Amino acid sequence: MDLLRFITAGSVDDGKSTLIGRLLYDSKSIMIDQLEAIERQSKNKEEGEIDLALLTDGLRAEREQGITIDVAYKYFSTPKRKFIIADAPGHIQYTRNMVTGASNADLAIILIDARNGVAEQTRRHSIIASLLNIRHVVVAINKMDLVNFSQDVYNNIVIDYAKVAQSLGLKQVTYIPLSALQGDNIVEKSDKMSWYEGPSLLNYLEEVEIQDTIDLTNGRFPVQYVIRPQTDDLHDYRGYAGKIISGVYKVGDTVTVQPAGIQSRIKAIEVAGKEVEEAFAPQSIVLHLADNIDISRGDVIVNAAQPVKTAQELEVLVCWMDNKPLVPGNKYLLQINSRVVRSVVRNIEYKLDVNTLERNEAPAQALLNDVIKATIKTASPIPYDSYQELRANGGAILIDETSHVTVGACMIQ
Amino acid sequence: MSAYRLDYLDQLESEAIHIFREVAGQFERPALLFSGGKDSITLVHLALKAFRPGKFPFPLVHIDTGHNFQEALDYRDALAATLGEKLIVRHVGDTIKAKQLTEPKGKFASRNALQTFTLLDTIEEFKFDACIGGARRDEEKARAKERIFSVRDEFGQWDPKLQRPELWNTYNGKIHKGENVRVFPISNWTELDVWNYIRREKIGLPSIYFSHDREVIEHQGQLVAVSEFIQLESTDRVLTRKVRYRTVGDMTCTAAVESTATNIDDIITEIIATKTSERGETRIDDRVSEAAMEDRKKNGYF
Ligand SMILES: Nc1nc2c(ncn2[C@@H]2O[C@H](COP(=O)(O)OP(=O)(O)OP(=O)(O)O)[C@@H](O)[C@H]2O)c(=O)[nH]1
Ligand SMILES: [Mg+2]
Repeated sequence: MDLLRFITAGSVDDGKSTLIGRLLYDSKSIMIDQLEAIERQSKNKEEGEIDLALLTDGLRAEREQGITIDVAYKYFSTPKRKFIIADAPGHIQYTRNMVTGASNADLAIILIDARNGVAEQTRRHSIIASLLNIRHVVVAINKMDLVNFSQDVYNNIVIDYAKVAQSLGLKQVTYIPLSALQGDNIVEKSDKMSWYEGPSLLNYLEEVEIQDTIDLTNGRFPVQYVIRPQTDDLHDYRGYAGKIISGVYKVGDTVTVQPAGIQSRIKAIEVAGKEVEEAFAPQSIVLHLADNIDISRGDVIVNAAQPVKTAQELEVLVCWMDNKPLVPGNKYLLQINSRVVRSVVRNIEYKLDVNTLERNEAPAQALLNDVIKATIKTASPIPYDSYQELRANGGAILIDETSHVTVGACMIQ
Repeated sequence: MSAYRLDYLDQLESEAIHIFREVAGQFERPALLFSGGKDSITLVHLALKAFRPGKFPFPLVHIDTGHNFQEALDYRDALAATLGEKLIVRHVGDTIKAKQLTEPKGKFASRNALQTFTLLDTIEEFKFDACIGGARRDEEKARAKERIFSVRDEFGQWDPKLQRPELWNTYNGKIHKGENVRVFPISNWTELDVWNYIRREKIGLPSIYFSHDREVIEHQGQLVAVSEFIQLESTDRVLTRKVRYRTVGDMTCTAAVESTATNIDDIITEIIATKTSERGETRIDDRVSEAAMEDRKKNGYF
C-alpha cells in the first residue's frame, strides 16, 4: 500500500484543524475513547456540537486559546491508501512550525475562509509550499455554509488564487469547496453544491497520482556512520552505514566519494545484514568499497555516472525562522543531510514581499518569517544538487552556533 | 520502475534506521530506554538492523519501577544476554530511599510519575546526551506534537511551545552541556504498523502479550491484574479471565484486555476491529487529567 503525506495550511481560523477532525471523524478513524474525551471538552463550549479541532489541538495552551501552535501528526488509512497528516498552525508567529510540517509533505491543502478570500497567510503558506517544491496543492475553500454555498463566491476565490498560483509557478492546483464544520465535500459529495463537479476531498486524496518524490536516477548516499566491529573474525570489516537518499546502487558500480573526489567501486551492499546485488532510495544500507579510503560521516558516496555539484559558495533561498535577524556577515553552522560545516552569509540579494510577491532588492537584513535569496560561503566544499531538481540533496538547515537552534531553511539553487 | 518501490513498512523501517544512525553519528553518550514493551522491543530489532555486525553504540537502559510484570523483566534479561549488549538497570525504589520521596498512596498507587526522578538521575549519572525512546505520535495527543529529536533542558523539561524547527530528514542534535535530546525513531508508526512489523519480522514478545488466564479485578470497566502492588478492597471481586496485554507498563497502571488471541495474527485481527485506542483501553493513569501526558513530559518524562 502506498503512503501519502500531506499538510493542512492557510490563515488563522480558516478551519484546518476542524477539517482534519472532520476527515478523521467521517472516515471513522477516531476511537470511541478519544471521541468521548473531546465531547467532554467541547461541553465547555456553548454549541452542543463537538469541537473537532480538539482532535489535533492536543496541547493545553492550544485548547485554552482555541488555536494551533505546533504541528500535530495524525495517521489514518482507507482501503486505498495510508495517510500521514500534518496539521499546521495558521498564526504567523508559528510559521516555522508550518515549515517543519511542510518539509516532508507530498501534498498541501491550503484552506481559505470563503468569507475572507485569499489572505496574507494564504500567500505566505503558498510561497512556502512552492519553495519546498510541494508539487500538489489543493485549495480548500472552506466555510461554504457561511456564504450560502454560493458558486459566485467560490469562483471569485478561484480566480484570485489562480493569480497567486501562477506567479509562484504552482502547477497542479485543485479547488474544492467545502464545509469542514458540517462535512460537505469532505468524505461524501455534498448535495448543497450541485454546481461543483469535482470529487470530495477524501476521494481526491485517495486517487491523486503522486509523482514520485523519490528520485531514482541520481545516486546519492550520505555516510552517517562507519561500522567497524574490530573483532577477531570481523577484523577487516568496514561498512559505511547510511540511507540512499536518491538513485540506485549496484555491486560493481563506480562511485566517487565527495567532496574529496576519490573514486572506488562498490564491493558489497548489505540491507539489514543480508548481502544484495542492488539497493535503491530510500533504503538504509551498509556499503562496502573495493579500496581502503578514508571516509567518514558527512561524506557523500555518489554514483560516478551521475555526478554531483560541489561548491563552497551556494546560492540559496532561505526561510528565516529566528527572532534574531539574519544580517549579512553572520556565521552559522550549515547542515545538509549528515554533513555539518561552518558558513557565513555573504549577502542578501532580495527579499520576497508576501503581499505583492515582488522582490525587494538588497535588504539590510532578514526578519522572522522572511523569505530571501542569499549567498552563503562554506568553510569546506559541499556536495549538493539543486533543490528543485533533487529535494533530497538540495535542502540545508542553518544552526545558530550559540543557541544551537535551527534558524533557517535553505533551498539550494 | 515499480521494482524500485518500497512498501510503507519498509519505508518506516528505513526512516527509523536512519534516525538511529543519526544518533550514533551525532552524540557521544546515547542510551536506548528499554521498557520490555513491544515498542522498545521493536526499537532493539531496528537497532540490530542499523548497527550489526557492530555493537550498539549505546547501552540499553531500564528504569525499573519495581512494579513490573515478571515476564517483561525476564524477557529483558534474556534479550540483553542473547544480544551481548550492555544493560543498565536503575530502580525507582532506590531513588525513593535515597531522596526520601513520598510513595504514592491509594489502591493503584503508581510509581509512574516517580520514574522521572530516576530517569533524570540516571541521565546525569552516565552523562547521557541522547535517550532513544519508543514513543509513537499516534499514542497520545501531546506526543502527536513532538519532534523526532526533542530537546530537553537540564531539568529534563520539554517546552512544547518552543520546539525547534525540524526539516526534511535533517536532524539537529546540537545541545548545550547538561541538556539532552529524546529521540523517537518510530514516531510515525501506528500501533498497527508495530504489530504488522512484529509479525513480518517474527519478533518474539513477552508472553503477557498473548491470551492467558489471569486473576483480575474490574475497575471502571478496566481489568487490573491482582498483584502485591495493588490494594484489594472488600468489595472487589477477584475474577479469572482470559486476557492479554495491549501495552506493557507497570502492573499498577496497565489494564488487560479480554482476549483469546494466542498468536500475532489473532491479535492483529482484534486490533483492526477495536474501537478503543491503545492508551484508552490500557492506561489507568492517563485518565487523571486531560493533559496528563503533556504535564509529565514537561517535567522530564519519556
Ligand atoms: N461555519 C463554519 N465554521 C467553521 C468551518 N470550519 C471551521 N469553522 C470554525 O472556525 C473556527 C476555527 O477553526 P479551526 O479549525 O480551529 O481553525 P484553524 O485553521 O485550525 O486555526 P489555526 O490552526 O489556529 O490557524 C472554529 O470555531 C471552527 O468551528 C466551516 O466549514 N464552517
Ligand atoms: Mg488549527
